[in-house]
Amino acid sequence: MRPADILSSLFPAGHQVTEAGGLLSGSGRLDPQTPVDVVGISGKTYPGVDEALALAGRILAIAERPDPSPLLFLVDSGSQRMSRRDELMGLSETLAHLAKALWRAEQAGHRTIGLLYGGSAAGAFIATALACGSLVALPGAWPEVMDLPSMARVTKLSLEVLKEKAAGTPVFAPGLDNLFATGAIAEIWDPARPLCDQLQALLAAPRDHDGRAGWGLERGGRVKAAAIARDVHRLALAHG
Amino acid sequence: MTSPSPTRHSWYEELARGRLAHLLDPGGFTEFLGPERREFSPHLGLFNLPHQLDDGIIVGSGRLDGRPVLAAAQEGRFMGGAIGEVHGAKLTGLLRAARQLKRDVLILFDTGGVRLQEANAGELAISEIIRATLEARAEGVRVVGLLGGRAGCYGGGGLIAGCCSALVISEQGRLSVSGPEVIETNKGVEEFDSRDRALVWRTMGGKHRYLIGGVDLFVDDDVAAFRAGAVAALERPAVLDQAVLVAEQARLERRLARFGDAADGAEVWARLGVPHPAAVPDLDTAAFLTIATSKREGADAAR
Repeated sequence: MRPADILSSLFPAGHQVTEAGGLLSGSGRLDPQTPVDVVGISGKTYPGVDEALALAGRILAIAERPDPSPLLFLVDSGSQRMSRRDELMGLSETLAHLAKALWRAEQAGHRTIGLLYGGSAAGAFIATALACGSLVALPGAWPEVMDLPSMARVTKLSLEVLKEKAAGTPVFAPGLDNLFATGAIAEIWDPARPLCDQLQALLAAPRDHDGRAGWGLERGGRVKAAAIARDVHRLALAHG
Repeated sequence: MTSPSPTRHSWYEELARGRLAHLLDPGGFTEFLGPERREFSPHLGLFNLPHQLDDGIIVGSGRLDGRPVLAAAQEGRFMGGAIGEVHGAKLTGLLRAARQLKRDVLILFDTGGVRLQEANAGELAISEIIRATLEARAEGVRVVGLLGGRAGCYGGGGLIAGCCSALVISEQGRLSVSGPEVIETNKGVEEFDSRDRALVWRTMGGKHRYLIGGVDLFVDDDVAAFRAGAVAALERPAVLDQAVLVAEQARLERRLARFGDAADGAEVWARLGVPHPAAVPDLDTAAFLTIATSKREGADAAR
C-alpha cells in the first residue's frame, strides 16, 4: 500500500500528515475521541543523524504531553545512511537516542506502534520499527538485516546456496515472513480490511512485557532465545 | 585515568575471560550458562562453521571494588564478537535480572554487530537488549559500557552502547554503526577508505568520541585503567527520564550545529579549540587528557 492509501484507511475522518525530506509528520483521528500522532520515514529514505534527530525531537515533544494519544510510526526506509559524516557526528549515538525517545513515549503513556509498510534494514530498523512498543506490518513490507547478494559476498557462499539454505530456516534471510517467524512482528495486517479497525483492536489489547522471544518460539523461527534469557535471568536471581 | 599496576595487561590484546578476570575483584566471579552447559549457536552448522561453547559471550556476577555487579564480556575473536540468538539472549537475561535485583551492569563490548549467519535472530536480540537496558535504567540501574576491544563496537553493538548510562573508552576503542568496510563496500573507497587506519581513528576512534562527548571517560589500553574507569563510571548518574532525553536532544542538536559541516575529525577538534589538532592522534593519554578535559564537549548527564 502507498502512504496516502494507508493514511486514508487508518483515518477515514481525515488526517493532517505531511511529508518533507523523506520524513512524515502530523496527526489523524481514529474516531472523534482518539487522536493519533503520526511520524514516519517514507520513500526508502536512509536516516542519518539529521533525520534521526528530527524524529527524536518530535517524539520527545509527544512524550512530554500528558494526554495518552497513541503514536504511530510509519516505516519505509533503507538502512541507516552510510557515510563518513554521519559516523563522524555519532550516528550510533543518535540512533540510540531515537530508540530511547520511542521507549520514553511508551513509558509516558503513549502507545507506540510501528507500521512497517515498505523496507527497513540494519541499524535503521533497530532504531525505528523495532524500537516501538508494538510492531505490525503490511504484506509487501520488506525488512532485512542484509540483502542476500551482500551476504553472499561476506559468507563467500553462492547466491544459489544461500537461497537453498534460506528455504530451510527463517533465521538469516530477508523478508517479512522470516522476520515474522522470529517474533519481530506482532501482526501482519489485512489491507483489504479498514486499517482503523485493526489499529483499534491492537490498542484495545494490553501490552506489558517484551514478548517477542515467546512469539519466536511459538512460530518456530527463534526457538532458543526465550529459554536462554529465562535461564540466565533465573540463575542470576538465584545467585542473588 | 591511569592507575599504577604491577603487570600491565593490554585490554585490546586480552581475551574476554582475561579482561573479566583482571577487571573484577579476584575470585568472586560466577558465570551463568558457562561453556560447560554447551549452550552454543544452533545455526552455525548450517554454514559449516565451528561453534563456541559459550557462543562468544560470558555473563555472570562478581564484584568491582567491593561492589556487587553483573557483567557481560564479548569475545571479539569468535566471529568478530557478532551477536546471534544465544549470545544476545544471554545478555538480555542478564539485563532483566539486573532490573529486578537493581544491580549495576558492566558490558565489555567487542563486537562487529549482528551475526550474519543468524541475522534475523541477532537483529531482534539487539532490539531486546536495548529494551532490557532501558527498562533496567528506568529502575535506577547503571549500565556501563567498556570500549577498547579488538573488534571495536560496531553495528547494533554501537546502538546498545548508545543506550548505556556511561561509556569508558581507550584510544583503541572504535564506536560507530556502519563500520569502515561496510561504508566502503556500499559507498565506495572515495567515501571511506577502510585501509586508512588514521582516518578510522579520526572518525570513530576513542579520542574523537571522547572529544565530542560520545563517551564519558578516556583511559589507557590497560585492564587496570579500565577498572578505575568502570569504578568512576558507576559513580555517574543513573537517571533516565524525560529531562535527560530532552537534554540529550539539545546536546546532539548543538553538536550538529557546531560541527555538522566539518569534513574531518581534525576539523572538529580545531573548532573545539584544541591546539595543534593534527597532533592529537600522537598524544599519550596524559597529554591528551590535559588538553581534552578543558576543550571537549561534555555529555554531562545527558545520556
